[in-house]
Order: sequence, then structure tokens, then C-alpha cells
Amino acid sequence: MIPAPFDYVRPSSLDEACRILGAADPAEGDVKALAGGQSLLPLLRLRLAYPSVLVDLGRLEELRGVQDRGDHVFIGALTTHDEVLRSPVIREHAPLVALATATVADPAVRHRGTFGGSLAHADPAGDLPAVALALDSVLVTASGAGGREIPAAGFFTGYLETALEPGEVLAGVKVPKLGDGWGFHYEKFHRTAQAWAVVGVAAAVRLEAGTIAQARIGLTNMGPAPVRARTVETALRGVTPPAAGAGADGGRDPVRDACAWADEGTAPPADLHAKPDYRRHLARVLTHRAVRAALS
Amino acid sequence: MPRVTVTVDGVAYEEEVEPRLLLVHFLRDRLGRTGTPVGCDTGNCGSCTVMLDGRSAKSCSVLAVQADGSDVVTVEGLASGGELHPMQRAFHEEHALQCGYCTPGMIMAAIDLLRDDPDPSEEAVRQGLKGNLCRCTGYCTIVRAVRRGARAMSGEPPGETAGETAGETAGETAGETAGEPVGEGVAAP
Amino acid sequence: MTEQLDAGLVARRIAESDQVGEPRNPAEGREVGRARRRREDARLITGRTRWTDNIQFPGMLHVAFLRSPMAHARLTRVDVSAALAMPGVVAAFSGRDFDGEQGSLPCAWPVSEDVVIPDHPPMAVDRVRYVGEAVACVVATDRYKAADALEAIEADYEPLEAVLDMTEALADGAPAVHEAGNQAFTWKFSGGDAGAAFRDAPVVIDRTYVQQRLIPTAMEPRAVVAAPEGEGFTLYSATQIPHILRVMLALTTGIPEHLLRVVAPDVGGGFGSKLQVTAEEVLGLLLARRLGRPVKWTESRSEGNLTVHHGRDQIQRISLAAERDGRIRGVRVDLLADMGAYLMLVTPGVPLLGAFMYNGIYKMDAYDFTCTGVFTTKMPTDAYRGAGRPEATFAIERAVDELAAELDLDPVEVRRRNWISREEFPYTTVAGLTYDSGDYEAATERALALLGYDKLRAEQADRRERRDPVQLGIGVSTYTEMCGLAPSRVLGSLSYGAGGWEHATVRLLPTGKVEVVTGTSPHGQGHETSWSQIAADALGVPFEDVSVLHGDTAVSPRGMDTYGSRSLVVGGVAVLAACEKVKEKAKRLAAHLLEAADDDIEFADGVFRVRGTGLGGAGRTVQELALAAFAAHDLPDGFEPRLDADATFDPENFSFPHGTHLCAVEVDTETGTVAIRSYVAVDDVGRVVNPLIVEGQVHGGIAQGIGQALFEEAVYDPEGNLLTTTMADYLIPSAADLPDFVTDRTETPATSNPLGVKGVGEAGTIASTPAVVNAVVDALRPYGVHDVPMPCTPERVWRVLARSGASADRAGAVRRDENDGGAQ
Repeated sequence: MIPAPFDYVRPSSLDEACRILGAADPAEGDVKALAGGQSLLPLLRLRLAYPSVLVDLGRLEELRGVQDRGDHVFIGALTTHDEVLRSPVIREHAPLVALATATVADPAVRHRGTFGGSLAHADPAGDLPAVALALDSVLVTASGAGGREIPAAGFFTGYLETALEPGEVLAGVKVPKLGDGWGFHYEKFHRTAQAWAVVGVAAAVRLEAGTIAQARIGLTNMGPAPVRARTVETALRGVTPPAAGAGADGGRDPVRDACAWADEGTAPPADLHAKPDYRRHLARVLTHRAVRAALS
Repeated sequence: MPRVTVTVDGVAYEEEVEPRLLLVHFLRDRLGRTGTPVGCDTGNCGSCTVMLDGRSAKSCSVLAVQADGSDVVTVEGLASGGELHPMQRAFHEEHALQCGYCTPGMIMAAIDLLRDDPDPSEEAVRQGLKGNLCRCTGYCTIVRAVRRGARAMSGEPPGETAGETAGETAGETAGETAGEPVGEGVAAP
Repeated sequence: MTEQLDAGLVARRIAESDQVGEPRNPAEGREVGRARRRREDARLITGRTRWTDNIQFPGMLHVAFLRSPMAHARLTRVDVSAALAMPGVVAAFSGRDFDGEQGSLPCAWPVSEDVVIPDHPPMAVDRVRYVGEAVACVVATDRYKAADALEAIEADYEPLEAVLDMTEALADGAPAVHEAGNQAFTWKFSGGDAGAAFRDAPVVIDRTYVQQRLIPTAMEPRAVVAAPEGEGFTLYSATQIPHILRVMLALTTGIPEHLLRVVAPDVGGGFGSKLQVTAEEVLGLLLARRLGRPVKWTESRSEGNLTVHHGRDQIQRISLAAERDGRIRGVRVDLLADMGAYLMLVTPGVPLLGAFMYNGIYKMDAYDFTCTGVFTTKMPTDAYRGAGRPEATFAIERAVDELAAELDLDPVEVRRRNWISREEFPYTTVAGLTYDSGDYEAATERALALLGYDKLRAEQADRRERRDPVQLGIGVSTYTEMCGLAPSRVLGSLSYGAGGWEHATVRLLPTGKVEVVTGTSPHGQGHETSWSQIAADALGVPFEDVSVLHGDTAVSPRGMDTYGSRSLVVGGVAVLAACEKVKEKAKRLAAHLLEAADDDIEFADGVFRVRGTGLGGAGRTVQELALAAFAAHDLPDGFEPRLDADATFDPENFSFPHGTHLCAVEVDTETGTVAIRSYVAVDDVGRVVNPLIVEGQVHGGIAQGIGQALFEEAVYDPEGNLLTTTMADYLIPSAADLPDFVTDRTETPATSNPLGVKGVGEAGTIASTPAVVNAVVDALRPYGVHDVPMPCTPERVWRVLARSGASADRAGAVRRDENDGGAQ
């Protein structure tokens, strides 16, 4: 199908982009920021979105790139998924981001789609919001008013909704370095290899002397916005994981038991690909798998 | 209307375009480069895959204005001096196409895949091509072709491949993989 | 400076690289049996394609259709005036604007006396019966403006109740899709005395299977270009059936057949979905006629998912009576087949193509078949790869597995006890078909060896013993199919509207090159290559000297097109027959020139010689004779100055490819995920013209059958809206979702045609769906599972396990409510 008409501007600086987006009058139509367009263009083509103006941020080099900033990694919003995967800084200091990014769509989409675009689009089935949430990332915005720093926990406000105000642009994301002792995994469950996640689990787990000292679990597609599996995180603390293979004969596995709380406080959707009870079940099983993988 | 400058298969074009014009329609309807087809409207099928500034992109999910200043290579620009690109040749030699509609995108995706992994395993090929759908081949011969093309591009002789084997031993039926039990050791997808 | 593609050079280079493969048996010729790489590829791998959407004409207009958002409604008003005022819009019409002119889309298969064929206007006039039915159209200067103008059309609907469930549709008081009610037809068939077979039967298996609705999903969306040319029109369409389409369009639109040319350019797959006469084709022609300008319509994928005819959608009740030792006494089938809202080209015939196949490869005394066609407010169904036969094969192969489970026998052993043994061919089945040849033992033995069946069974036992959360299942499918559609007399007896012959013309050109004109219409099957192989052998000319013309009624005026695994079996044989006729003529000319009697001329390696003179003797090559005929200086009396011939082949029987497919799956009982671990296919498609092409057809067929088994389903919501309109929702497998397939063949030549070929287009699809589902169920038998509805998605597998009482949770995470220790 074919997009409805819209106007197009390509600002040459972030300031200009903020000015244009800030000056937009909502009464005159929807002004939308365009990053890689890999989610937006299909919506335009299906005529599920009718923006009056697209503000193409694609040439704003200042929003591109990955920087090591001491206690955190800064990922420019326009850094493509492909660039994220190639970044040695990410590999070293934010491996969970790399693990999840590698599962996003397919290579061609990853060449165009951006890290910031995925977060700002806030699709509940998108893989990266749960990761940002699990890592307590901070989303850095710019606007005519100067910009803000929004913790991930306050950024994803609902289905395709974020805390971004009109005229506010996501500039980048601060991903805290977690330090030593952490293991990571992103467990994605989907029906075909290129399909969106039915459920995804982002897990970061820290062992201390053989016992789980800390766990962070973010869930994809278990509600209108990504959620932390806080009950699991609490339940895992202090648990000593059994050796691999133990518990297969029916013996109690405390890690598994803790992960059985994964769907606590979630509101999974019912759609073509799964009903809520199945998603709840998947969240429990996949969280256990993600934690086990993160531990190994 | 915005004016864009795009190089397509070595030719520079300067055109006025509506902002909403998709790159694939720019190629097909404006420039007459119809070698790149459209197969879906959600970026899933990959039939429209081209090289955009050297990396694969689905040209149905890119606006022509986004490609301003870019270099585009389509399947029509791969052969040079009457010589097929090794990947084109490999698709032919391994019978990796039937109706051929997915083929332009599949070939572009395969070439892109080899940039990072010049000698991909079967599994790497399957994962690397997951954004390109084919309804005819069941992908077996496509996987063989990509690996054959990889060897050709790295200068190795094509070696024993299924297509050739099937041909040369046709008297014994096309049992290229026949002969050994496969219950063991075949990885699940 | 761009690199220009030298097409001729590329083609030559390709040809040079194609000297591959020795003929399988030199005595049979140099080409047939050889793994020739395809001559079609050159244009397809370089983008020099001729897809319908590539076609541009000066002044061409673009058409877009407004489609009903309601499943069932009275269409009370359509106002296109605002659309007409939009920029670039040349015309806009409602269905009423074409009332009296647009006719009714044809159904060519009135299957029974009681069949109801409702009026089916290409654009709805006063009632809509499925979401996606066209209600208006706009014609604009480009496709973007046409899409915009659609939004300016106003249409008002008075909703009626959607009719979605076949059983409810047949109930008293159900809302009627058509005035005559919701029953489209009933069709019964029987062989033997089913009552006797089931009476006191020691074992009866009674199952109901649902063949879910599928969307064929050829990669090329449909496209139509209609252009006024001279007195008449040329219609370019992404169609499998240019010849049938020409006849049907002439009958539907009143455009005289001789003024209508239909062209199928490069066509990007069909799988039955382009075996249709569509609203867009009819309206394209009518618009070109009304506006006097060429028009183009190209569908989007989401439009196509709504409006390309769907496949399958049957509810099958199958009962099987057997002895305690596993021998089958008889089979009863009661079928509900969802027609959708209308009967399209062969909609009601699809289930009947399966009617003769529910007995499979098995001997039995009695068979009873009833089919009821049902109207619903959904997109009409019609042919999809296999058309009726995959459904039948699925039901019998699933039921035979259930019989094996009931009797605690190995599923292969039950099949052995029932199948037609190799000595029994030709064998007339309980359904009245005569299977001419086959060797089920050989194919099965080969498949078992390739899979390593016994070893896998041992591993399965071990996993069951260990209560491994990942269970192993092995699925068996031994299939045959009736294909090579078809003997015209048989089609006539089934009330089909046309014959099943195929036509070919072979022409020797003055320079000795050969043109083969075929009535088949390939869209990925490689006929240009295979037909060249057949003609090269028959005429003793080089492969490269043959070209194959097809897909244009001006070039190939006679044909029955490509579907039903018929092209090689009927059309390829017609090519051979035409070559033989040309050879007869050439022989007469050679005899004349060599001053010998006709009977004294023999032919070998492209040379006609006087018998007994040996290779050194005087002779005339095919090429010399072609030139001699052209020059016409010295021809026998009454000899027309040309070496060409027409031939039409109408087979006396169907062909019956068969094979054994084995599938091993791993089922993750915690998540319900099914992963195919290995897949083995041993097919017997008779003699093989090109092993590369045969292997490719098998691969693709297997993938599509796996798609039905595991991934694909067209889903309507309770209001009748299709939910699977995009490729993000209707999931077809990618390379990463499928394993490599191991394929091999056995070979028993068909006896019904001189090439000995059986057809291969549908075999993989027919065989693979039951192989996969049997494997899934086999994996889950220890949990008391007897069926998993298709597609066997993880969620479905999980629910079946949960219902079976063997909670998947027990194998997986401990549920909170069971976790008496609680979290720590």
C-alpha cells in the first residue's frame, strides 16, 4: 500500500529539529519524528498513521554513535541496530543490549532501524524497551526547553506511548555499566525467526560466591509497556543455583521456583499470536531459561 | 517537492519527488529500474532488498527522500562487463530460484551476509536470510547457493556441491544428501 | 559510467557453464534425465524480468478498489463524486455503474444437480458478503493518487449478521448468505458396502480433523494490465491460466474471443491462487474499454491476503473400520467444505479432487464419501497447491496413525499390512481409480534407512523413559495422489467445464532451430528448460537450439495451462508427440531427397539415413531438411513447405506419484515449541526429465506443507474481519524456520504416457503436512494426546498438553499455586 501525503523536513541540527517539532500545532495535524523508519514506514503504508509532517532526524550525526562515558555507555538515539552490534564498547559494557539487538527483525532492518527509534516507538513487542528497563537506563531528551533525563521506568507509559512531550526528541540513552560478576541473556520467543516477540525476557544476574546477589529482569510483551519482574528479582536474591542438570529428576530447583513469579503484576495482551494465560506461562518458563543462561 | 540526488547502479539521477514516494517506487516507476520487485507492505518479505550505501535495505521501507545523496545498487547493477556476479551465478548453478520473484532481494541479502561472514555455516545462512521469504524453493538450494557463492567470492573453486552432484550422478537419482542416516546430528532450526 | 549488462553475453556465459550432468541412461537420449540448469534463470537473476507490474504504456492509468469493511451487509449507497474531484482522478465507478455489463464471475465446476451458483458481480451492487469484496474503483494517473482517491468515496452499509462457522451456517434459522440458503451442494460417492465393513468391526477409529483456512501467498502479488489494441484488447495478468482466462473473460464480458489476447508474462508463483478469473481482471478489461486507455492494477500484500482466494478450510470426519490385526475394512468420510461467499472458478470441485483419495495407498472393501459445500461470509476458497488431495491424504494418514496407536503397532507396520504391494499393480482401488504403477515398499525402505528410523525410535524410548521435557516424535506419511489433470472424459463425468488435454506445436525454423509452443503456462516450474530437453532428444538437435514459447494466447493459442501437477504429464507429452509428428514429416522429405522408400529411412542422432547404410551412409540432418522444406525446391508431391506439427495429448488415466515422507520433531513440552529435527522424502514421480527441477519442486512442496502443519492460518474475528492481513500476521516460514530436507527417489515409470512421467508439483505439499503432524502427535502420545489441531503452534501444543492432564507446567516451571514453599 501507499502512504497518505505528508510534508517532509530534514533539519540539519538537533536544535532545529526541536524548534520544528516544538512549533508544531497539534490542531494542524500530527508532526512525527522519523528515525530509521523501519516501524513507521509500514504503518504509513498501511495507512494506520497519518502524520501531516515528518521531521527526518536521519542526518543528525550528533545523535549517532556509542560512547564510553566512565560509569555508563551512551548510545546516541540514531545509532542503528547494526552499529550497536558492531560496537566494541557495547560488547564489553552493555552485552545485554547486544544480545537483544541481535534478535531484532533481520539484518536489512537492523541496517536502518535505530536504537532510539525502537525505544521512542515503544512497541510492547519490541525487544529493546525491556532491556533498557532491566538495565535501569536513563533516556536523555532534547527540546526547546533544554531536555531532560528520564529513567526508563518512567519513560514507557503505555501502548506505543512514552513520556516524550510534543517537541521533545530522544537524543540518546545512558546505559549504566554494571561492573563485574554479571551474566546476561535475552530470551526471545517468537513463532517464526523474523516475527515479533510473543514474549521476551531480558535478564541480568550477578553471582557472589555462588549465590545470586542481584537480578534484573525485564519482560517484553507482557503488558502495554515493558515491565520489570520485580517479584522474581526479589525471590532470586540469595538463591544458590543448583548445578546444571540437577532438578531434572523432579527435585526442587529454587531458581525455577523463583522464576515462577515472573508474570506477577503483568497484564499480557490477547492477540493473534497468544492468549494471556499462555503468555503468563511463557514468562515463567522463559524467565527461568533466561536466568539460567545468564548464570552460565 | 523535494529534490533528491541518488546514484542507482552507477548512474546519477536528480529528481523531484513527493516526500511519501517509497524508494522502491522511485526505482521502478520513476527510473524504470524494474528489476527490484515489491512483495509486501510491512517489510517482511525482503523481495525489494537493495544495497543502500553498501548495506542491505528493504527499499519498500525507505522513502526516496531518505535516500537523497545515497548510492543504490540493485540486482540490475551486479553483473559487470558481461560477467555475472558470483552470487548470481551460484543461484543459477544451484537451482536456487523457481519463480524468481524473491531472487533479486535474496541475492542482495546474500551478498550483504558475506560482508561479515565470508564463509557462513548453513545455520548462519539461514539466520542471515530470515528477512527474505521464498515460497518456491523451501530454501535448501538457496542455502547451498549462498555457500557456493561465498566460496566463489573468496576465490576458492566451487567444489562439490549438491547441484553438481545431482547432475553428475543423476543415474543414481538425485540423492545428493542420500546415503547416510540423518536422524543423528541434524540441528533443529 | 555504469556497467551495462550485455544480455547476450550473459546468456552465452550461462550456457557455457551449463554443460552439467550426464544423461541418466544414454539409451534414452542425451537430455532427458539430465540435471540441466535452467535457461529461465538468466533474466530472473539479473532483474531483466517481465512481471506484470513492470509493464508501462504511454497514458496508462492506475486502478484502485474500495473494498468492503463489512463481512455481510446491504450496500445502500456508494457515492464516488468526491473522489472524482481529487487531483489526477480520471474516473470513479461503483458496482452499479457496471450493472448489466460486468456479468458474474464464473464457476466452471457445477459439481452436482443441487449446486447453487450465486450471482457474483465483480463489484458488489447492493450486497457485500465478505470483507474485501470490491464495492467501487477509482482510475487515476498514478497509483498514489488512486490510493488517495479511495478515501474520498462514500459507501453506506446496513450490517447483516456474519456467517462464519460451517455447522452454524447449516443450522435452521441461520442468517442466509444467499437467498437459496447456505448449502452450496451435497456430493456423495461410494464404493463397496460401507455398512457391512463397519458392522461388527473389531476396531473403529472415528476422528474429526480441521483443515484450517490458508492464504496461498505467492511472492508476486496479483497484477493486471488491460490495454485497448486495435479492435480488441490485450490483458496482461499474473495468471496461471491465460488460455482458460481468455475463454472465460470472453464469456463474462462479451468481448469476442478473437479480439481478446491474454498474456501471462513472468509470473511469480501461483500455487493455485492464480488459477482464477478475478474481479480485477474483468473490471480491468471493462475499464480499458470504457476509458479507451490502458489501465493497471497491482494489489498490495494486505489487499491480496483479503482477496486472493484462500485454500483448504474443511472439517473432515473420518471413520475407519479395521480388524484387530490392523487390516482396514473400510473408510467413511463426511466432509464440510467452506466455499466462502461465492463459488469461484473451481471452488466446489476442490473437495472432490480429494474424494477419490481418502483410501490413500491402501486396500479396503468399502468407502463412503459425503461432502457438503457451505457458504459463509468469508473470502471464497479455491485451488491451493494439492487442492483436495492434501486434505484427503492428511485425514487418512492421520487416521492410520491413530489405528496404529490403538492397536499398539508401529505406524509403518500398519501401513505395510494395508498397502497395495508392488506385485498388485495395476490396481483398481475401492474409489474406482486404477493406480498404474508404484512400489511403496521400495520408497518406504529407502526412507526408513535415510532417516535412521530404528535408532530414532530407540532415542524416543529413552526420552520417554527419562521424561525428558523435550520429547521426540517420528511422523510417517505414505501418500499417493491422482495428478496430471486430467483425462477429459473423467473430468466430464465429474461435471467439470472443460477438458484436460494439452497442446503443443513444434516448428523447425529454416536455419534448423526449433520453436516449441506449449499450452502450459509456467510460473516457476522451468518448462522452458524441461520442454527443451524433451524436444532436443526427440529431434536430435542441441538443447541450445530449442526455444519454448508460452503464456500468450497470440503465440500459443491453444492450451489448458498449468495446475494440478499436469504440465509435464500432459503438456510435456504433447511436446513429445508433436516432435514425433515433425519427425514423420521430415522422414518423408528425407526419403524423397535420398530417393528411398519412407519405410527405409531410419533416424538417429538428428540424422535421417537409409536403413542399413550405417553412420557413413548418405543422410540428411534435421537442419538440412528444415532448409530444404523452407526452400521448397524439391518436395514430395503434396508436401507443404514446412516442418512443423501440432499435437494434443489427452491422457487416458491420471498419474499416481507416490512416496514416503518421514519427519522427526522435537517438542518442547514446557513451551509447546515444535522443531523439525530431520526430514526425509523419498518420492516416486516416475521417470524424471530434470532431476534439479524435480528436487526443487519437492523441496518447495515440503516447505508449504510444513507451513500448514506448523505456522499458517487465516484467522477471521467474530465479526468476519480477517486478522491475518499482513506477512507479520500470516506467518510463512523463512530459511531459519526450516531444516535441510533429505530427498531421494525411487522410480516406477507411469504407464499412462510415453514419457513415463507422473508429475511432481504437488507431491511435497500433499505428503509433508501429515508427516509433520503425525510426528508432533507421536511425540506427545505418552501424555495421552491423540491430536493437535493445525497449525500446531506452541500455544496449541501447550493447551493440548494442559488439557490432557499432563500439565506442561509439571514438566516446566513449578506453578506458584503448587509451590508450597513459596519464594524465598
